[in-house]
Amino acid sequence: MSTRLAKGGRLIDRTAPQEFTFNGKRMKGFAGDTLAAALLANDQILVGRSFKYHRPRGIVASGAEEPNALVNMGVGGRFEPNQRTTTTELFDGLTCTSQNHWPSLEFDIGVVNNYVARFLPAGFYYKTFIHPRFAWKHIFEPIVRQSAGLGKVPKERDADRYEYAYAFCDLLVVGGGIAGLQAALIAGRAGKRVWLIEQTAHWGGRAVVDGVEIDGQPAEEWIKNALQALVGMGNVTLRERCMAAASYDHGYVLCDERLADHTPGDGRPRHRLWRVRAGQIIAATGAIERPLSFAGNDIPGVMLASAMRDYVVNWAVSPGDRTVIVTNNDDAYRTAITLKEAGLEVPVVLDARANVTGDLPQQARAMGIRVEVGRAIAKVKGGKRVTGVAICAHAGQGAVLEEIACDAVAMSGGWSPVVHLWSHCGGKLNWDESQAHFAPDPARPPLNHDGSALVVTAGAASGRLLTGDVLVDATAAAGGDDAPTASAPFEAAMEPVWIMPQGAPVQLRMKMWLDPQNDVKVSDVQLAAREGYASVEHTKRYTTLGMATDQGKLSNINGLAILADSLSSPIPQVGTTTFRPPYTPVTIGALAGEARGEIFQPLRRTPIHDWHLANRAYMEPVGLWQRPYCYPRTGETHEQAVHREVRNTRANVGLLDASTLGKIIVKGPDAGKLLDMLYTNVMSNLGIGKCRYGLMCSEQGFLSDDGVVARIDEETWLCHTTSGGSDRIHAWMEDWLQCEWWDWQVYTANITEQFAQVAVVGPNARKTLERLGGMDVSKEAFPFMTWKDGELGGFRARAYRISFSGELSYEIAVPASEGRAFWDALLAAGAEFGMMPYGTEGLHVLRAEKGFIMIGDETDGTVIPQDLNLGWAISKKKADFLGKRGQERPHLASPDRWKLVGLEALDGSVIADGAYAPAPGNNANGQRNTQGRVTSTYFSPTLGKGIAMGLVKGGLTRVGEVIEMTRLDGSFMQVRIVDPVFYDKDGEKQNV
Amino acid sequence: MSRPVSALDGASFAGFAHVTEIGPVGMITLRAKPDLPGLAEAIAAVTGTPLPDRRRIETTGDKAAAWMSPDEYLLVLPYAGVAAALATLAERLSGRHHLAVDVSDARALFRIEGARAAEVLMKLAPADHAALAPGEIRRTRIAQVAGAFWRDETGYNLICFRSVASYVMGLLSHAAQPGSELF
Repeated sequence: MSTRLAKGGRLIDRTAPQEFTFNGKRMKGFAGDTLAAALLANDQILVGRSFKYHRPRGIVASGAEEPNALVNMGVGGRFEPNQRTTTTELFDGLTCTSQNHWPSLEFDIGVVNNYVARFLPAGFYYKTFIHPRFAWKHIFEPIVRQSAGLGKVPKERDADRYEYAYAFCDLLVVGGGIAGLQAALIAGRAGKRVWLIEQTAHWGGRAVVDGVEIDGQPAEEWIKNALQALVGMGNVTLRERCMAAASYDHGYVLCDERLADHTPGDGRPRHRLWRVRAGQIIAATGAIERPLSFAGNDIPGVMLASAMRDYVVNWAVSPGDRTVIVTNNDDAYRTAITLKEAGLEVPVVLDARANVTGDLPQQARAMGIRVEVGRAIAKVKGGKRVTGVAICAHAGQGAVLEEIACDAVAMSGGWSPVVHLWSHCGGKLNWDESQAHFAPDPARPPLNHDGSALVVTAGAASGRLLTGDVLVDATAAAGGDDAPTASAPFEAAMEPVWIMPQGAPVQLRMKMWLDPQNDVKVSDVQLAAREGYASVEHTKRYTTLGMATDQGKLSNINGLAILADSLSSPIPQVGTTTFRPPYTPVTIGALAGEARGEIFQPLRRTPIHDWHLANRAYMEPVGLWQRPYCYPRTGETHEQAVHREVRNTRANVGLLDASTLGKIIVKGPDAGKLLDMLYTNVMSNLGIGKCRYGLMCSEQGFLSDDGVVARIDEETWLCHTTSGGSDRIHAWMEDWLQCEWWDWQVYTANITEQFAQVAVVGPNARKTLERLGGMDVSKEAFPFMTWKDGELGGFRARAYRISFSGELSYEIAVPASEGRAFWDALLAAGAEFGMMPYGTEGLHVLRAEKGFIMIGDETDGTVIPQDLNLGWAISKKKADFLGKRGQERPHLASPDRWKLVGLEALDGSVIADGAYAPAPGNNANGQRNTQGRVTSTYFSPTLGKGIAMGLVKGGLTRVGEVIEMTRLDGSFMQVRIVDPVFYDKDGEKQNV
Repeated sequence: MSRPVSALDGASFAGFAHVTEIGPVGMITLRAKPDLPGLAEAIAAVTGTPLPDRRRIETTGDKAAAWMSPDEYLLVLPYAGVAAALATLAERLSGRHHLAVDVSDARALFRIEGARAAEVLMKLAPADHAALAPGEIRRTRIAQVAGAFWRDETGYNLICFRSVASYVMGLLSHAAQPGSELF
């Protein structure tokens, strides 16, 4: 059984006991424990079930590479699935549950899959797609969906806060082991701006556990001194619990800092996503130990050898009383020695090598540990935990020589450098025969803008596994030449072992797990090879090898070695799968950062916004603007409110917040020339003090924006754009001025937000303004389509006599800082004339009754002004304007284009938005032909019936014709084509 | 004329740094090429500062002139002085190609003060504060919107568009939450 040792544990504080629950069971740990260590201390060997076969799963590793020990963490707003217990710091009150089991972890129904494993081979999913045809939809997909997914999906809103932060440095050192510390020391002393980050809460990496000596000091001492020196340097920043998730071109690195995972609810942001720009990156990311492939290597109690000594040394946790060690290298003997020194039994070390001569094995033998060379594990015995091992000759086929009872197995298959950051942005790898791993090729690094190496690896990440080599490599990586000396025992060469024993028959290979989370076995990869999967990328997807949440940290090299062997190809020729960010999963909250709730996205507010809210406006988004859609009164539906607002505007006077309207100043000797190019009609000859409606098209001729232009003075025009269009049109103007007509003397300025603009609309509009007092707003002094500067009610005002409703109308701009006061003054002045505010929907109905088009309704990027009967606004005289030649192309000049008409249902009802008018016959795709569609449709409270505009083939030549249009239920309605101006065709109302 | 009200009417937030929306403050967008004859004199007449060099802001008292782009400047001055300043510019630059326009009400201005003021902006703008020289103005983005900031003796000035002042206040308050200090 696993238990807490009476002594030791360098990272735990025995004076700070902490309680937690696992599957509702109360357990005890200490401050400084990882959740995995605390579970083991409570003899919780079984921690989960595998994905496919629901096999019992135990803790394999002690760090980020853990594939098995994932739990559902927390409750409610802090619930999160798939949390690795090996990287989760214990805190008092932690609650977690195991995953992928039903009804319970101990007794799981899904384990039945285990017994039908022969029916769930590699490529199972893909095979179910194919044969038999009906089975996927009706049988396999429902089953796969039911059983897919490890953890549960969070149901509640995340209770935590997250944020971004931006950092800049000359050098980012990733990894706080001795290589990272040494590199940071060198660069820090050289005066560089250095960031050093470490994914765990502790510095020094494996050095302390591995008993390394540096410069004659124990590693712990050297690490302490190094840290002290770094903290004292003003140019060095240290961050722990900070994981470099991804490296990108130009030294851009995403780092996930876990601030409050271990102190939930303390008010700090839970994670902070650092977006770092580094001149160079040193990846001192270490190496990960590989498992060995022997039968039963997935049974709880089988653990990586390095992890096992981590648990003993760091957390004083013994994973078992009797541990059998199986290895192909000298490093694993450190575990044997550590366990023995902790007073635990090591009945045997099984070494696959024929000759075992290194210092560490000698030391183990001297301690009385039995070392068997050329031996292997034939199979591990046990179900939910290890009960023993059967031993065989490694060179043979698995004939059992001896059985040994034990409750834990430590395995070591060699070490693989962590090359993710090197590989994310293009660094290449070499196969190292002697250490049987892929290591960075310094001659083919990821490149910086100047051709230099963007990423350099240091220490174990470079494939330098011995302490002395680690320090030399790290020193050189940081540009130094004086490396500390290390004293370490001599380690003899390892021997690659991909299958154990090497002649294992299929019955054993079917029990050798490569990827324990996704249940990929040696036999699955071999089957994939037999079925023709030669590419490692295809094999990965076919077998799901390395596709689990650990992304193959333990399984990839072993898997591709098996594939290479099956294909009789050398390993480097088979290659690796692509290393993709993030290194370990980053929670979605961290990626969202601050962007949630009120600040999810910028909402643009007018100076009158607060009044709208206080008066119960129903707001709608227009671009990023928030605009009132209508102002429902008590008991009113939105529709009723809109009808009331429209009727009141036509009968009395309405008030519209039009502040969102784009306003762009265009000034200069060539301003008129520019506007004549941008607009389809002529603007250069507009008289000072006058207004003119204009259209803008793209170069292709499609209608892009519209609005009223006012001539301010000899050199200055003011262009109104649509509410959503002001930034786009301003950028459009600057684009042409900066890139094409750079020699024209024109300046532009977007002054949209300088003004609050209010439309006073309706027969009583003039009376309202006269009540305010100030400028002369009479018909004679202030004719239609002119503008005036002056004062209104004491406000500095620029008034435009323009109308988008067909009523007598003024649009008045005042400085935004006085906008709210002006609105209030208008409401007071208009009270006796029946003034009511109206919203955007009322605006739409009013304009539709007049047949005015709306950009975005009547246009969709495929419509030209001629389609909308706006030929009158297109100059025939001008030599050129943007869109002119586009509109001359045959398809745009075709008489068959759909053109704007009014539409009225014969029964007076409202036609469905977006309804189509079918035409006889089918097109080449077997779809019904069409001859038109609705672009705007409303109930007109003024006329008491439905009105619509639409684009119909033949356009106004067909006025009076009755056509069919679709209803939402698929039936058809009878619709008459009419003139699109439904109300006051002669414009008598607006011209008073 | 009614009392001019700034975008958030002086809203503030006290976190690990102090954030205040201030104003109204006078601002003029002046578009002109730096070699326009009389430009430096015109700016000096309005703000009392020299013509700012690339990425610089020149300050005297409550007035400043900032470089915004190769042919755009931002003049900052007391709100009540804008009309007179525009008249001065019009007179001094008469007949020479330029554009001067009042943008005082199109902008919002924030002060971020305290020893850790920089940390608030480090969370929102991809700008390197260590590389920010004295008297430098940084046009950048503040999370999802455009903004610009410059540092003085007691903190930072941050400008953004008026319509998004409430969003920016939300960002600044979120970034300045006690307990979320960066260093």
